[in-house]
Amino acid sequence: MTRKPPEPVQVVKQRRDGALRALVDGIPYIRFLGMEVERRGDELTALLRYADHLIGDPRLPALHGGVTAAFLEVTAIIELGWTMIWEDLEAKRLDPSSLSLQHMPRLPRTIDLSVDYLRPGLPRDAYARARVIRSGRRYASVFVECWQDNRARPFAQATGHFTMPTEGHRGPQ
Amino acid sequence: MAETEPQIAAARRMFAAIPQVAALGIVIDEMAPGKARMTMPYDARLVGDPVTGVIHGGAVSTLLDTCSGAAVACHPQAAGPTATIDLRINYIRPADPGQAITARAECYHVTRSFAFIRATAHDDDTSLPVAEAVGTFTFEAGPRVAT
Repeated sequence: MTRKPPEPVQVVKQRRDGALRALVDGIPYIRFLGMEVERRGDELTALLRYADHLIGDPRLPALHGGVTAAFLEVTAIIELGWTMIWEDLEAKRLDPSSLSLQHMPRLPRTIDLSVDYLRPGLPRDAYARARVIRSGRRYASVFVECWQDNRARPFAQATGHFTMPTEGHRGPQ
Repeated sequence: MAETEPQIAAARRMFAAIPQVAALGIVIDEMAPGKARMTMPYDARLVGDPVTGVIHGGAVSTLLDTCSGAAVACHPQAAGPTATIDLRINYIRPADPGQAITARAECYHVTRSFAFIRATAHDDDTSLPVAEAVGTFTFEAGPRVAT
């Protein structure tokens, strides 16, 4: 009777995709790697599009181990940043149209990252998903893994610790 | 010492030919038995925080990983190609925007097929590293391993 009608699907998508773009698009290094982030509901999948400059061992050839580490780290940071804004976003306390390059959600900073290389990264697209294992007021612990052809056979995984930003958003100051 | 020179020259050629090393503009400063030093110039494409201009940790990881692999490839009991098994990185402080980052890696022990490394990365302020790393690598055994 008094129940509110559900939001139109386009409104929901625009809000969520707008917030995700604000998190991802402003970071030059994400463009340098050729990374994209896809969203299904609140689940994010990072995509590393293959490019020749990502190669670290031309003889195999295999992706550079540093690129793999960077791909995992970026995925973990975006996942954590996304988790931090999700509630505010859905409660409409955060307006994605107010987010821009200079006024973006403040991203967590990496304290440390421990990468486990399981097999060589092949010269093709790679995918990654992260899971926030522990999220406190001061720091968070995140697990992240990446795969290529087969979701059940990751080629690398990592655990990292990240400082939580002190305020929700960073203003232009 | 002299007999390691061809190995180091080969390792230097191998690392200089890595596409991602070229993409990052990494310069090999020095390679010596079990040691390497490399510099990555400041580049706006590598920024992780557009507000401060600080280089993304991922680019620093790649510099540390590359420099560590080179230190392994230069170890008298190892030889290239190398592969990283495990790399742990501590991000101690943000690098100063505008400054190049220099990595120094040391391969301090090798077994028959594994190598252990430690590495640091500095900007112009050499009193405190930007980042440090410890790692484990595999390598293809060099000629001097045979007994």
